Amino acid sequence: MNKTTKNWKSQLKSSRLGFFIAIFSLITTNFAHAEYGLNLTKGVTAFSHEVYGLHMVIFWICVVIAVLVFVAMFYSMYAHRKSKGVTAAQFSHSTKAEIIWTVIPILILIVIAIPSTRALINMEAPVDENGDKIKMEMALKVTGYQWKWKYDYLDNGISFLSTLKKESNIARQLKSNIDPNTIENYLLEVDKPLVIPVDTNIRILLTADDVIHSWWVPAFGWKRDAIPGYVNEAWTNVKEVGTYRGQCAELCGKDHGFMPIVVEVVSKEDYAQWVKDQTGEQEAEELANTSEWTQADLITKGEEVYNAQCAACHQSSGQGMPPAFPALDGSALVNGALDEQIKTVVFGREGTAMQAFGGMLSESDIAAAITYTRNAWSNTAKDVAQPNDVKRIKNS
Amino acid sequence: MSHTDTHDHDDHDHKPKGFVKRWLMTTNHKDIGTLYLVFALAMFILGGALAMIIRLELFQPGLQFVQPDFFNQLTTMHALIMVFGAVMPAFVGFANWMIPIMIGAPDMALPRMNNWSFWILPFAFTMLASTFFMEGGAPAAGWTLYPPLVLQGGKNLAFAVFAIHMLGISSIMGAINVIATIMNMRAPNMGYLKMPLFVWTWLITAFLLIAVMPVFAGAVTMLLTDHYFGTSFFNAAGGGDPVMFQHIFWFFGHPEVYIMILPSFGIISEIIPTFARKPLFGYVSMVYASAAIAFLSFIVWAHHMFSVGMPFGGELYFMYATMLISIPTGVKVFNWVSTMWKGAMTFETPMLFAIAFVILFTIGGFSGLMMAIAPVDFQYHDTYFIVAHFHYVLVPGAVFAIIAGVYYWIPKWTGNMYSERLGKIHFWWSMISVNVLFFPQHFLGLAGMPRRIPDYSTQFAEFNMISSVGGFAFGLAQIFFIIVVWRTIKGKGTSKASDRVWEGAKGLEWFIPSPAPHHTFQDGAPVKDEQLAHVSSH
Repeated sequence: MNKTTKNWKSQLKSSRLGFFIAIFSLITTNFAHAEYGLNLTKGVTAFSHEVYGLHMVIFWICVVIAVLVFVAMFYSMYAHRKSKGVTAAQFSHSTKAEIIWTVIPILILIVIAIPSTRALINMEAPVDENGDKIKMEMALKVTGYQWKWKYDYLDNGISFLSTLKKESNIARQLKSNIDPNTIENYLLEVDKPLVIPVDTNIRILLTADDVIHSWWVPAFGWKRDAIPGYVNEAWTNVKEVGTYRGQCAELCGKDHGFMPIVVEVVSKEDYAQWVKDQTGEQEAEELANTSEWTQADLITKGEEVYNAQCAACHQSSGQGMPPAFPALDGSALVNGALDEQIKTVVFGREGTAMQAFGGMLSESDIAAAITYTRNAWSNTAKDVAQPNDVKRIKNS
Repeated sequence: MSHTDTHDHDDHDHKPKGFVKRWLMTTNHKDIGTLYLVFALAMFILGGALAMIIRLELFQPGLQFVQPDFFNQLTTMHALIMVFGAVMPAFVGFANWMIPIMIGAPDMALPRMNNWSFWILPFAFTMLASTFFMEGGAPAAGWTLYPPLVLQGGKNLAFAVFAIHMLGISSIMGAINVIATIMNMRAPNMGYLKMPLFVWTWLITAFLLIAVMPVFAGAVTMLLTDHYFGTSFFNAAGGGDPVMFQHIFWFFGHPEVYIMILPSFGIISEIIPTFARKPLFGYVSMVYASAAIAFLSFIVWAHHMFSVGMPFGGELYFMYATMLISIPTGVKVFNWVSTMWKGAMTFETPMLFAIAFVILFTIGGFSGLMMAIAPVDFQYHDTYFIVAHFHYVLVPGAVFAIIAGVYYWIPKWTGNMYSERLGKIHFWWSMISVNVLFFPQHFLGLAGMPRRIPDYSTQFAEFNMISSVGGFAFGLAQIFFIIVVWRTIKGKGTSKASDRVWEGAKGLEWFIPSPAPHHTFQDGAPVKDEQLAHVSSH
């Protein structure tokens, strides 16, 4: 087998055909490397399997119709050409034919509509075998922000932000000269992924704080918009342990392409362990929020927070991108009264892209970021914001 | 006396002298038609240039040329310019040139308004394009202008909204003119069911325009007051509803889609019978199908919003209603194929573009049907699959129809036959490159690449590179098109066109001289049935 292929190949070597085959195989092997491939993913939920099946059914129906119509057309272009000496027929209608090609498409549409309706029911009003509404075992709130996601586990109070991972974020800057191929999961990796248990009915509530976003993990089989002022609802039940990646799917501003979603689906035992670990972390955070910090510690932590949360707009140089995103270096606000700056960060600024970070970041993170900006670059305030100051403003 | 020699002095046809009088102050439907077409071509080049920068940035992963925010400005302006600057004015240009001739009218019904509706356009687009040079740049929230994102834009919002108002005024005046002309100015013996299909599709399009442009104007006005006057139409914090904008926008936006495709159907329905030397199959059902498509366009808008979280009943209704569109559209495609069937075909450039239109528009129609299925659209929505879909119906769809129409009628407009050899080169060049450009985008979308992103994960690299190469080739092909058109106008390497131009051509435009005299059909004589393509007695 191998030998014959070789012979066959050597025969073609000098020919042009061989060249095209080489190019073609190069392209196809490249495609084989691609993670998602050419087609829709089958996914890892019952719903995504159903969607994939529907997609393929409709695709093949379209292919069959296309072949029939285009074959008729090409045959006509071949056989009914003037250069063959034919004379044109002069018929101009046929009621019978027109009825046939109105009725048959209607029947095809009905055939498509039935499984489509069933799939839609399974997404929007799922029932079990007995026809009862299926029970949700866990609830998750997803909030879209420019340009990160916040996940709240409504059953146990775990809550965190998930943003584009640092390596990707550095490489994606204009003219960074870093080859994206050297970054693992370029643009599809986050600092802290969403973790959910396998085989669990999870109700997912979606909303947004600023503009409209859309939460999409292709392997789950759906996307749904996260809209400010709305709480949208969707659900999933993932059948396979693994890591699944997705992206924001609704244009949400300049960094719309840079707010990926990573979901780690783990066994129920691993999930229980993960929840325990998170509770430990939350206690540490609680401690951080109530203690008094030194200026040096605040600045060190603040730089980290600033680069993760603030630098996308205000830039790590503090120069911002005026007029939408003002500079913090030399800013009157940052060099002025401390409480005013805390207020701006905690409550945001209406009518601008400045978000209310009070509900997003912990008090210690906010205090640290503010302290950092007041001590960085050419800023002269050089004072310190403590978590307690943030708490006082929050509760005022 | 036939219409061919209604003029006593064919040697001087009363063209005004001087640029200002001839073009700025013109009330002549042919000159205004020319202005519209030239303007559309200029905007096609501008919008195309923006697309080239987009494809350049997407050539490989990583950001090499533009900042993400500027990328969003490019996609937004590319769409606005192509939709409102290139495709719509091109069709109005055809309408101005051809409708009066096709129905035996001396001019449009409202010639001064006709002048005004054209001359608004250059100012509107100057204003829109000027936002590129403002602080904060051009609008960057997508051509759909969804709030709250669009409200974050700077000064550009006011300029974009005012430009859209002007475009709307221009479109509505153009539409009123088309309706008034068709209803009042038909020559004696030109019954409604004798009108060419191009006239019919434009009549229907004009009603769509009048119905939806005010809706769009209303929607953007609400954006304006939300941004500048403290209203909360779309601001959830003030009790408003950001999703309401999407409903209003797509109530305009879906008919808008058909505004861009119905006149294409008309042009294709003129060209195929001519080169098949056979009457259009099912003329009356073509008219009814166009009207049905127009009606359906008003009741399917929310299929653009399946992921927005509508109630189950709403999703079900919009899914079913959308699927219905494939029936009248299918009738059209079947009728075109039946027109070709048992004809005696030749394949001059207009026919080649028309056939490519039928095939590639149908492919776009199939992906449209796939996206009508709401549960599957949860996957397709806002990916490159939809980008591939609407570019298939708009580029090898609407734009190919426009190009086909130019090749078909340019001998009548200029009196010169274009170079068939160059026309065929242009066709094959465009045909191949447009598929290299847009077909791989289906794969990208299915594989999970969202639309409107300036940079992408590395598994999308190959198809993006192929698509970009196709894009550059397609762009160059249209520069070549301009050369072909220019040589035809100047009569370089061309021959003089006969009056009939095409052997199988029927309709009044082929019974006047080439080039068409400045004034035609001024005697009000009845048209003769034997000159018409359709003398339907239904």
